[in-house]
Amino acid sequence: MFKILEKREIAPNIFQMAIEAPRVARSAQPGQFVIVRVGDKGERVPLTISDYDKERGSVTIVTQTIGVSTKKICALNVGEELHAFAGPLGLPSEFIKEDINELRKKRILFVAGGVGAAPVYPQVKWLHENGVQADVIVGAKSSEMIIMEDELRAVAGNLYIATDDGSVGFHGLVTNLINDLIDNQGKMYDEVIAIGPMIMMKFVTLTTKAYNIKTIVSLNTLMVDGTGMCGACRVTVGGKTLFACVDGPEFDGHLVDFDEAMRRQGMYKSLEAKANEHADHVCKIGLGK
Amino acid sequence: MANKIPRVPVREQDPKVRATNFEEVCYGYNIQEAQLEASRCLTCKKPKCVEMCPVSIDIPSFIDEVAKGNFAEAATIISRDSSLPSVCGRVCPQEVQCEGACIIGIKKEPVAIGKLERFVGDWSINNGGTKCEKAPDNGSKVAIVGSGPAGLACASDLAKLGYGVKIFEALHKVGGVLEYGIPEFRLPKDKIVAKEVENVKRLGVEIETDTIVGRTVTIDELMDEEGYEAVFVGSGAGLPKFMGINGENYNGVVSANEFLTRANLMKAYDDDYDTPIYVGHRVVVIGGGNVAMDAVRTAKRLGADAHIVYRRSEAELPARVEEVHHAKEEGINFQMLTNPTEVIGDENGWVKAIRCVKMELGEPDASGRRSPIIVAGSEFDIECDVVIMALGTSPNPLIVSTTQGLEANRWGCLVADESGATSRPGIFAGGDVVTGAATVILAMGAGRKAAKAIDEYIKNK
Repeated sequence: MFKILEKREIAPNIFQMAIEAPRVARSAQPGQFVIVRVGDKGERVPLTISDYDKERGSVTIVTQTIGVSTKKICALNVGEELHAFAGPLGLPSEFIKEDINELRKKRILFVAGGVGAAPVYPQVKWLHENGVQADVIVGAKSSEMIIMEDELRAVAGNLYIATDDGSVGFHGLVTNLINDLIDNQGKMYDEVIAIGPMIMMKFVTLTTKAYNIKTIVSLNTLMVDGTGMCGACRVTVGGKTLFACVDGPEFDGHLVDFDEAMRRQGMYKSLEAKANEHADHVCKIGLGK
Repeated sequence: MANKIPRVPVREQDPKVRATNFEEVCYGYNIQEAQLEASRCLTCKKPKCVEMCPVSIDIPSFIDEVAKGNFAEAATIISRDSSLPSVCGRVCPQEVQCEGACIIGIKKEPVAIGKLERFVGDWSINNGGTKCEKAPDNGSKVAIVGSGPAGLACASDLAKLGYGVKIFEALHKVGGVLEYGIPEFRLPKDKIVAKEVENVKRLGVEIETDTIVGRTVTIDELMDEEGYEAVFVGSGAGLPKFMGINGENYNGVVSANEFLTRANLMKAYDDDYDTPIYVGHRVVVIGGGNVAMDAVRTAKRLGADAHIVYRRSEAELPARVEEVHHAKEEGINFQMLTNPTEVIGDENGWVKAIRCVKMELGEPDASGRRSPIIVAGSEFDIECDVVIMALGTSPNPLIVSTTQGLEANRWGCLVADESGATSRPGIFAGGDVVTGAATVILAMGAGRKAAKAIDEYIKNK
């Protein structure tokens, strides 16, 4: 059992929780994820790690209430426990193995969409701690949906905000902002790391392809065990079938078959919609009382 | 006279009824049936059945106690060699092991050793578990990777010898393939697996779940920082194989591992659990092993029209005869000598059919089985909405990739000698991680051998 040490609603329906998990905290590296389970009948839900404190033995996750399981996670309070918190899973970000002097010369841009800002944070933080200043774009629908702005500002080189409705920062999509930075503001990058909804990552890779910038994406596919056992997370990368859980979750975005990945992500959507309906259903004839 | 009595038949759930539920197929013997069947045993002086048992259970002695009605004594005899009699009594291929060697079997049907073992195990569970002698704590610690049959067997033996043993399990439940792979209707989870795991815990074995060795903690950290003098790797063969044919990533194509994990470990068949499972109308399972049978019978129980597609003929099916027989009784359709060449998808990227060719058997290959050859011009489609690939599994590369100096062969299996010793001193391995996917009992046998070798290694250090 894994105790919830802190909980904060950082945007409407987006919760940040620090979980007591000393072993995971000790081994966690940027780019990795955990499998979380609520209750003894819950699903195994893959969630990206958004921070870790090795001394305190805690790992921070950020969850948006989307389906039955994420709602259950977010409904838990400080002092309550998760049934499972297994990890860290997946390969760490590639850059942590790079020659640090080479890495310091690199111009890196992170593109975070929505809750994608959460897994971007430990990567930018790691780079900052190792003397690498990376630029960061945080995109969201509107100003209230921007998360982790202060944390990211403290560790990023330049921090740019983009909102769909223009309520704060650049008015437009993150891809428009990438174009603007490169075409109008004289910026150039050697590497882009994009984490967010599949559709955003797809369009970021299309945008960066035009500039020939190497682009890494982190795929949030379906998973059951998260350790390489089930193959639910199969993705086609450069024509080869790989498992996001053990071969990823980070891949060369220009090689990923996003259309297939998005289709596969929706495989259980109709079933989940039904479950969600069931979970939200309030009995009108009084049977629930 | 003992061998005048015919083998006592075992009661089973009606096939039509059981094809719609997840209750156990076989009811097992009651006391009278067990004693009658036990009376058939000749208690041979040189028992061939024991030689054929991978964990060398003293079969004639425990059967003799059953015949006399001393069930607790029978349980104690088995417990010296196995902590999982209720499991093995259900899933061992007895027909090619103990029962295959039974003298009575030469002229008549062999003694139902498996069903008797199951009876004793279940009796013990229902009567408070088995007490087992245990040496005093010897102060040495051993870590076990994986809580499947190999790990549980190794842990039990080491605990009996006085070692402090801790098992590290990646999943949230204990049992490995017993939990995620073998279905409830063959091996009940709460009633049997969890109870026999209790037998192991009662020996003092600790189990830490949600801990992925190679990620959460490495073998080197366990040995260098946490004081484990030896490590046994029994992490199994969990990585599913796919065919590599076109269309394999369409929605609706899943590995047997995924399908069974959703159904067994995550209890997707039970509405109270959150994990979804998709079965559609017609399910085609590719493969002919025990896992294929488990998958197809699970699909049937979830309401699908369920088919097996296998490239050789029925005689070559690697699954146990009993499983094939049960599957047929339940209305599973077998399409033998058929091999898929492509998965066909609809406009939304969902499976709509599987394209196959007919096969015929040619000359025997290296394995001694006649190899299938494509019949020219025999291509045809089987309409379906789910395809389950049950083509075998290989070991997860995680441990090898995170443990320096640990050798694996080209199939990813750990290289270990007869005793389980690997290329790294102090690291032992056994079960599917060494052999590739095999049986529960072979993994247990390997776990036991490794326990002996670990004991010698630590004593001679």
